[in-house]
Amino acid sequence: MKTALVKLSDLRRGARCIIDSFTDDVMKQKLLEMGCLPGETITVDRFAPFGCPMAINVSGSTLSIRVDEAQSVIVKPLA
Amino acid sequence: MQHSDFPQTEPTSRQVKVSLVGNPNSGKSTLFNALTGLHQKIANFPGVTVEKKTGYSKIYNSSTGKPTSLEITDLPGTYSLYPKSPDERIPFEVLCDPGDENHPDLVILIADGTNLKRSLFLASQVIDLKIPAVLALNMMDLVKEQGIDIKLDELERRLGVRIVPVNARKGIGLEELKQAVISKLHVPENDIFETGPLAPTLLKKIRSILEMRSDYAALQIAHHRDAISGFHIPQQQKKDIEEAMSTHEFDSIKIQSFETLERYKVIHEILQICMVKAVDDKPSWSAKIDKLMIHRFWGYVIFLGILFLIFQAIFTIAAFPMDFIDQTFTGLTEAARNALPKGVLNDLLVNGVLAGIGGIVIFIPQIAMLFMFIAILEDSGYMARVSFLMDKLMRKFGLNGRSVIPLISGVACAVPAIMATRTIGSWKERLITIMITPLMSCSARLPVYTLLIALVVPSKLIWGVFNLQGIVMMSLYLIGFLAALGAALSMKWFVKAKERSYFIMEIPVYRMPRWSNIVYSIYEKVRIFLFDAGKIIIAISIILWFLSSRGPGQHFNEITQQIEQLSTEQNIDQDALNKLESQRLEHSYAGHLGHLLEPAIKPLGFDWKIGIALVTSFAAREVFVGTMSTIYSVGKDDGESKTVRDKMQAEINPDTGQPRYTPAVGWSLMIFYAFAMQCMSTLAVVKRETGGWKWPIMQFFFMSALAYCSSLIIFQLMK
Repeated sequence: MKTALVKLSDLRRGARCIIDSFTDDVMKQKLLEMGCLPGETITVDRFAPFGCPMAINVSGSTLSIRVDEAQSVIVKPLA
Repeated sequence: MQHSDFPQTEPTSRQVKVSLVGNPNSGKSTLFNALTGLHQKIANFPGVTVEKKTGYSKIYNSSTGKPTSLEITDLPGTYSLYPKSPDERIPFEVLCDPGDENHPDLVILIADGTNLKRSLFLASQVIDLKIPAVLALNMMDLVKEQGIDIKLDELERRLGVRIVPVNARKGIGLEELKQAVISKLHVPENDIFETGPLAPTLLKKIRSILEMRSDYAALQIAHHRDAISGFHIPQQQKKDIEEAMSTHEFDSIKIQSFETLERYKVIHEILQICMVKAVDDKPSWSAKIDKLMIHRFWGYVIFLGILFLIFQAIFTIAAFPMDFIDQTFTGLTEAARNALPKGVLNDLLVNGVLAGIGGIVIFIPQIAMLFMFIAILEDSGYMARVSFLMDKLMRKFGLNGRSVIPLISGVACAVPAIMATRTIGSWKERLITIMITPLMSCSARLPVYTLLIALVVPSKLIWGVFNLQGIVMMSLYLIGFLAALGAALSMKWFVKAKERSYFIMEIPVYRMPRWSNIVYSIYEKVRIFLFDAGKIIIAISIILWFLSSRGPGQHFNEITQQIEQLSTEQNIDQDALNKLESQRLEHSYAGHLGHLLEPAIKPLGFDWKIGIALVTSFAAREVFVGTMSTIYSVGKDDGESKTVRDKMQAEINPDTGQPRYTPAVGWSLMIFYAFAMQCMSTLAVVKRETGGWKWPIMQFFFMSALAYCSSLIIFQLMK
């Protein structure tokens, strides 16, 4: 069954997803270097107070990313 | 305060140049400290204010005993060779420009064993440059703890470089690493990730122009076409490269992300063979702590609590060593005055030099404590959490979560704080941070605050625990912070954004702060304060002594004669003598200068003596206290040494007959020092960071205007 793709920024706390693609070239390069590769699993660790930025766990480390930056990351949610 | 070289006994034989390269938070500085000890110097990389730490180490070959001298440069932490900020540009330039003065003979790569994939990404890029390298595999204790098994031999074979497992914190594996560094290192034959096919003819061309060993180095050159003009290579080669670039098609962005993906694939394959990781899904203790530390409510409470504790500690605990230093210097001054023959030299030494030195040394305890707390917060990983907590709030003021670290560092010194803004990617957010950071109360204001608070705020306990003086101190810092936010808000409207702001960073796991790192940090900061700021302060103290003990015209000489006459009498009329001394100061050069200023500063409650201090502290704020010491010890030389605070306290305002330092004057002065731009070093750094005089000049005028108006209001309301 094919799950619909969503933006990383749309996920809730605790949600898990798999990175599919990026919509922004500059962000893409930065995220790739930090280990956010297509196929990696992301867990949304938490949102900062007032809803931004968000902390995500990916390939063994925790990254802080702003919600508008997370909009450029297209992911496949996991149940 | 400026960073500068300090005399270093450098070995004369040829040194092997070593660069230390690794990700942020990989333990790079710990390893650097462990390898070099205190044989370090901090300067800037040429042309930019990115801090360059260089250290020296001598290694003895374990079998032959032959020594090798190393010059180790700690390059700024980065995730790849593709620079995204001025900081990250340095590793690229140093490693890829063969003519760079720091271009290494060999590289020590440091990899975080618990995050091997990402560490190896950067490491493999550097290895592919074909510079001899050793890989220090760090955090081996955590690797074991997390049940990760790394097959070192196999990894070594795949990467083509020596690997030494280390635990930089505990110093385990250091000797092996040192021996590996001086052993004969060879460059691997094959690329880890083959770059040649990405742009075959272009890379071949660049390689032949520069006579390079590596396709990857040629690719890096191709990516950074604009940086070539700054390289230290012959002009002809630059021209040839430029020509090659313009005749070949090269899509930099596409090739970059292609390389990144492919390189990660290769690393993934290597790690599938070389690393076994036990599945471990239980939350780490670090994550558990974070439940509280970055909680939406408790996170802020804890942050404020930590700040509060820091200021309480700085004010109460540091008081003990400060009292001790104070007494020592009073004793020393007394001894020097009596031991040396009377005369100009005695006077210069006691009232000029010793008074100046005493005024500097006394603040070492507080500065050391402040830097200790900042280093602990930084080293433990808490600072990154603060950025995370504050980003949204900061953005409302045109700032960035990363502005918090410069702002907090600004509490220590604006110069390194402004340098720390280089991690902020967006020009607008960075500029605003630079402009407002000097409003944060830096350690140079601490002496001024300390003196004035002691003068006008009684030392009593509130609710039985909190010292009122400490609370006033904290509120001064808070006022500075609020002023900074206000200034940011107004700047947000008229500074145009050049590019999009972004904020992606790693939140490192919590670690126990490394005490040795903290000690190095304190040592370095205190040394800079003592020697760089100290030089200025002593020079100004001596100039001041001269200005205040000499004067123009006949009248000054007459007073001086009267004083000499009076002091030789048997029964000295102390009152008359004091009056004369005071008159003499008033007619000295310094007095004239102060009088010149008085009309302008009288509405703020300041007299001509404060006027003198204001003039001298335009070089550096902390000079205020030294100036006051000089003015008062010259003015009231009543034979017994009192501290400057006692003397200021005893000062009577001739207009009112009341003490000169009323709360209104004290507060007006404190607010003036909180807001005024009185630091030449900061202005110089701002000029350098913003690339011109426009911003430092604006900063100077807006801060001075703010200071004048605020003090005026405070004094007129309180008097």
